[in-house]
Amino acid sequence: MIAAMRRIDPLAWLAVPATAYLAFAFALPLGLLLVKSVWTADGFTLASYVKFFADPFSWRVLTNTLKIAFLVTLVTLLLGYPVAFALAMSRGWLQVMLLVAMILPLSIGAVVKAFSWQIVLRRDGVVNRFLEWTGLIDEPVRFLFTETGLVLGAANIFLPFMVLPIYSVVRLIDPRLSEAAATLGAGPVYGFLRITAILSLPGVVAGIAFVFSLSISMYVIPSLLIGDRYQLLATLTGRSFLFLRNETLGSTVAVILLIIAIAVVMVSSYLSNRLRSAR
Amino acid sequence: MIRTRRIAIFYVAFVTALSVVFLMTPLVVTVIVSFANSTVFTLPPPDWSFRWYERMAARAGLIPSLLLSLQIAAISTAISLIAGTLCAIATVRGRFPGRDAIATFVVSPLMMPGLVVGVAMLQFLRELGLRDAYTSLLIAHIVITMPYVMRTVMASLSLFDFSLIDAARTLGCSYPRALRKVMVPVLAPAFLTSGLFAFLASLDNYPISIFFTDPRTKTLPIQMLQFLEEQPDPSIAAMSACLILLTIVVLFVGDRLVGLRRLADF
Repeated sequence: MIAAMRRIDPLAWLAVPATAYLAFAFALPLGLLLVKSVWTADGFTLASYVKFFADPFSWRVLTNTLKIAFLVTLVTLLLGYPVAFALAMSRGWLQVMLLVAMILPLSIGAVVKAFSWQIVLRRDGVVNRFLEWTGLIDEPVRFLFTETGLVLGAANIFLPFMVLPIYSVVRLIDPRLSEAAATLGAGPVYGFLRITAILSLPGVVAGIAFVFSLSISMYVIPSLLIGDRYQLLATLTGRSFLFLRNETLGSTVAVILLIIAIAVVMVSSYLSNRLRSAR
Repeated sequence: MIRTRRIAIFYVAFVTALSVVFLMTPLVVTVIVSFANSTVFTLPPPDWSFRWYERMAARAGLIPSLLLSLQIAAISTAISLIAGTLCAIATVRGRFPGRDAIATFVVSPLMMPGLVVGVAMLQFLRELGLRDAYTSLLIAHIVITMPYVMRTVMASLSLFDFSLIDAARTLGCSYPRALRKVMVPVLAPAFLTSGLFAFLASLDNYPISIFFTDPRTKTLPIQMLQFLEEQPDPSIAAMSACLILLTIVVLFVGDRLVGLRRLADF
């Protein structure tokens, strides 16, 4: 027994405070939430889940959540991927400016930004004025309290979380690899797809995982941009606890959200391990 | 081939310019609205004034919630910096089973839905009989800040050459002195970066804090959202503008100390 304890690296003790704290204040509560959702006074039961999934409203909330998260991830990926390359390729003041444009919005709270999007998306807001000026629309379009408005606002707030992970991978790619490919006769498109795009995949996976898990769990942004009529899993959890005082429903929805979040983490870490070992 | 390259560069530049405008628009709009002399959010404003800043200063509840948020953020970040750094040293440097699992676990609160964590902690602390809002907020915010410290310090430690400490020892430094002279300067940027983001994350947190507030103990985001629900006037924009200014100052200091490129290491 003592011999076994001696064999453990003494440095392991340094990990104890943080790990024990999170085990107590974070893992244990989540575990209890899970257990209590299937274990009631009558023993093991899935009744609350059966009831939840029997309700078409629940399915709408679930599909709303996944649809919005998918769209937000798609928009941030389409915008963020080129931006990450611009960030990695630029030099001097241009790079500093781009970095500021990423880090400053990242450091400003969701309440502040969701509030500004309320102003931006109004009927007489900047977006409508711009679209009218370009001639794309003749009269103001309603953005606020629509899915489009929510996706735009959330994509705006989460864009840096897509750009920065991709950037931190892309800037480490050796530019000589593309040159070598060109020397060996690869066309630019082929060279990009076979070398740069593949090497950037770990960053893409990390970015997608970040933005997707942020999007399924956002609460403030939908409350301000789409309102109570359009429910997502996170807003439904919040409402059940804070306004409806329906803790059974709240816990059920919370566990479903938790399972989706854990699945995202597991899939992304599986993918990034695969990518690492493939190299 | 040159043409393909040109098209690619043009495309990247175009999307980047679009994204920068997209990202900066809400911030710029908020600042403009905060100086407008009008109750509605018209742009461009008919006239300029400081009235929303005066109105902001007069709004009850703002200053106490700001002080509370700053306090909670500072204490939880300090605790996380200590515990998180120790844990990062153990997982990067130690040779014991399960250290990868520990590393993943300590970073994991970052990827979990805040609202779910809040609900779970609320039920747990209530069962333990803890009803004090301040203590509960502090317990929760340490969970929020810990992953930031762990992740950044771990990344920076894995690049650190530990033989430098041995070298300093060979050259006659005592062990604590070797740590102080070699390891602390190398890790300082990671401390600063992670501390900064941990602090901002705590300051900004809504979904976890909402479960631990009472009428007298409200953090800043919760107070602001309440203002927004009760009476949405441009004084909220004035508060936002102040927060934006504060963030710019903090980032400027961070840039002077460690450089922006390190701040972007995500």
